[in-house]
Amino acid sequence: MLRNRQIRLRAVTLLAVLTVLAAACGGGDTAGEQPTDVGAATDGTGATDGGTETGSADGGTEATATMVFGTSADPVVLDGALVSDGESLRAIDQMFEGLVSLELGGTEIVPALATEWEASDDGLEWTFQLREGVTFHDGEPFNAEAVCFNFDRWYNFPPEFQNPAVSYYWQTVFGGFAETDPDSGAPTESLYKSCEATSDTEVVLRLTKPSASFLSALALTNFTIASPAALEEFGADEGEVDAEGIFRPTGTYGTEHPTGTGPFMFGEWTRGDRLVMERNPDYWNAEEATGNIGTLIFRPIADNAARLQALQSGEIQGYDLVEPQDFATIEGDDQFKLLPRPAFNVGYIGFNQQVEPMGNPDVRKAIAHAIDREAIVEGFYAGQGVVAHQFMPPELFGYAEDVTKYEYDPDMARQLLEQSGEDLPVRLDFAYPTDVSRPYMPDPQANFEAMVADLRDVGFEVETKSAVWSPDYLDNVDNGRYGMYLLGWTGDFGDPDNFIGTFFQSQQRAWGFDNAEIRRTLDDAEAETDDEARVKLYEEANRQIMEFLPGLPYVHTQPALAFTANVEGYQPSPVSLEPFAIVTVTGQ
Amino acid sequence: MLRYVAKRLLLLVPVLIGLSFLVFIFVRSLPGGPAIALLGERATEESVQAIERQLGLDQPLPVQYLRYARNLAGGNLGSSVLTRQPVSTELRQKFPATMELAIAAMLFAIGAGVPLGFVAAKRYQGVLDNASLVASLIGISFPVFFLALIMKYVFAVRLGWLPSIGRLDVTRSLAHPTGFYLLDAVLARDWDAFVDVLAHLLMPAIALGTIPLAIIARITRAATLDVLSEDYVRTARAKGLSGGVVNRRHVLRNALLPVVTVIGLQTGLLLTGAVLTETVFAWPGVGTWMLNAIRNRDYAVLQGGIVFFAFIVVLVNLVVDLSYALLNPRIRYR
Repeated sequence: MLRNRQIRLRAVTLLAVLTVLAAACGGGDTAGEQPTDVGAATDGTGATDGGTETGSADGGTEATATMVFGTSADPVVLDGALVSDGESLRAIDQMFEGLVSLELGGTEIVPALATEWEASDDGLEWTFQLREGVTFHDGEPFNAEAVCFNFDRWYNFPPEFQNPAVSYYWQTVFGGFAETDPDSGAPTESLYKSCEATSDTEVVLRLTKPSASFLSALALTNFTIASPAALEEFGADEGEVDAEGIFRPTGTYGTEHPTGTGPFMFGEWTRGDRLVMERNPDYWNAEEATGNIGTLIFRPIADNAARLQALQSGEIQGYDLVEPQDFATIEGDDQFKLLPRPAFNVGYIGFNQQVEPMGNPDVRKAIAHAIDREAIVEGFYAGQGVVAHQFMPPELFGYAEDVTKYEYDPDMARQLLEQSGEDLPVRLDFAYPTDVSRPYMPDPQANFEAMVADLRDVGFEVETKSAVWSPDYLDNVDNGRYGMYLLGWTGDFGDPDNFIGTFFQSQQRAWGFDNAEIRRTLDDAEAETDDEARVKLYEEANRQIMEFLPGLPYVHTQPALAFTANVEGYQPSPVSLEPFAIVTVTGQ
Repeated sequence: MLRYVAKRLLLLVPVLIGLSFLVFIFVRSLPGGPAIALLGERATEESVQAIERQLGLDQPLPVQYLRYARNLAGGNLGSSVLTRQPVSTELRQKFPATMELAIAAMLFAIGAGVPLGFVAAKRYQGVLDNASLVASLIGISFPVFFLALIMKYVFAVRLGWLPSIGRLDVTRSLAHPTGFYLLDAVLARDWDAFVDVLAHLLMPAIALGTIPLAIIARITRAATLDVLSEDYVRTARAKGLSGGVVNRRHVLRNALLPVVTVIGLQTGLLLTGAVLTETVFAWPGVGTWMLNAIRNRDYAVLQGGIVFFAFIVVLVNLVVDLSYALLNPRIRYR
């Protein structure tokens, strides 16, 4: 017995040592033969073959290149109607198309699956002419019926899908459902009335009230058209509510069989590892999809530093959400390039007028004059920010040039405080979030400290607060627990309604005020279907808002993407609608 | 022995019940909740309430706990709020990745730590001993993620010898019935894939195994020194056994007892360390999964993951206790 045990023990020890040795040698010896050739990026000449080989491209006309793109997380599910996170949308964008889309790199509406459209005079009926000869990835024809099938699906979502965490965008744009579950929290009224296939290529969408932002919203990835046959066959809406009350899809549509009309088709998806998409050989718009990527792989890498290193080692050829502190590293190396996105966000200081003394307009104005926004944007945004003077980015229509601007003027701030009627020194309650970096606020604490110093300089007494961004800080803001707070917003679609409409069209505890004038202007603007009149109304709203000063917008930033130098044609978009179908990877 | 094992396994039941309660309370004492985490800036009061109602989070805590405990007893860990997948399914997918990494790290730590400690003890206060002391101090005090970043910079970015992320090259496909990629590669007889997996495993395993290595080396050294001064070692030498036989049969074997204890204790630390290591190496394991769950207040995932981790730690310690008998025949379990 003893002998036996001894042998076993020795064997175990030996095995352990051998395994480690084998691992050490094996790794060292063989890594050079890896197909990825991860060393490529460092030998100067090799940067261009950072990609992985699947075949040889002849002249860049054939889509044979492979591109690996580093994302920040896995998609949740590949069904546009059920997601609101950026990574899901990014992937769905490559495989699906909607009736309309946005021009490359902009927010102008352009035809996609619909070639033209027209609204009735009362704005309640929208007629779309559909593109002919388009097929879904499963070979099913795209037609008017397919469009109505999708709209009816969304409108008839079961109660489990009426959760705002699931169908956020439907609820934001269209409101309620055919049968809105009173417990769902969804709006009871719906903008959507019906969809009618008046011919094979003509669809009429009817609304319950006029809405001008409806068309921009249709460009959202969430309203892309899926193959009705695939939705049914793979049980897109099937599922069960588990014992914890969470709806659990049992179908495989969104995880294994997403089927659209886009330039890429679903290949395979291993959560946490890779999402592989293959070029659609029958894509209707091959003429414009001029890129050479045959296989597109999204690879989730949650850690920022790891994404940069993966780019440097040649394991990925591009990634999104580059940290400002890495801009210099990437720009300083000619093997890589940095592509900034047009600004489509706003960072602001929110004022909660329910908290004393924020209800006092003089105090709000004093704050606006006290803070040196220019210095903050210059100091903490690595050259990627511009000073904001209103609550939406300048790229968007309805931006008013002549709003009240509050220049940095400490003396004016002191004077306003004197005349404010408040007891001096005026005390402020000001909060910032920790453990977070947002596109509009890469380093909240740095912004905050500079602002506090400015405020103290003109005689404010500031009580500082902080909390972890998600969910504590957001919870406190939403429930009106801070007097002043740092926050911001990134737009979803190219309409002012998505910025100032979201902020001020309804009463919110975070702001703690009710301004009927502003609300009315925003309501009118939303309902106006005449483009020119609409622009004027939003300009007016912006003027009213900045005069009222419910908060102080201070920055618009340009988030950036990084690529290896051999990636060409990627077109950053303010709303992140960025097709890989037009991207070319050379040198593979 | 069998009775002892059965008793220990039965003891697991109250341990897990107590643990599930603690975890339940701990997870819910994190401020905020999944609704706001999900919606971010887009959260409104109504939407938050609606989600909480749907998840049953508006009910009193005791009610929530009873429901959770009942499900747990039935082997149901609930579903992830974020991915809407059953926690048990996700755990099955992620667990092999973490286990493979942890085993590799432990093998590295044991394989390098035990010989290092033993040699250091034999060369007590010699150059080698002092060098190993310095090295293990550095090993213990070096933050894992920092070590990982430096290794990646040198071996992936500068030299290009090793991949810096993931478990397998993205252009390579490997059927993974077991989820242990090394094993899967062997099963598929795909030796290129085997080498590729090994190359991916190397840096994360070293990063994760460094601290246990240092600790194991120190313990081995101390234990060996103790044993070396024992009478039976002198006796063994006196009766003419060769140095090698004495070392193997009498010294190392007895010195390993405390080392095995430490290995058991280290397993828990290793699993927590895996959270950081996995993030830095984009390793699709339980660590990244749980970190994400903390950010999203994904209660079911956190509860399931922590209870499962605890289960593993308890189990490993049981195995360690049992292995005492293997190492020292005088120890018997009843």
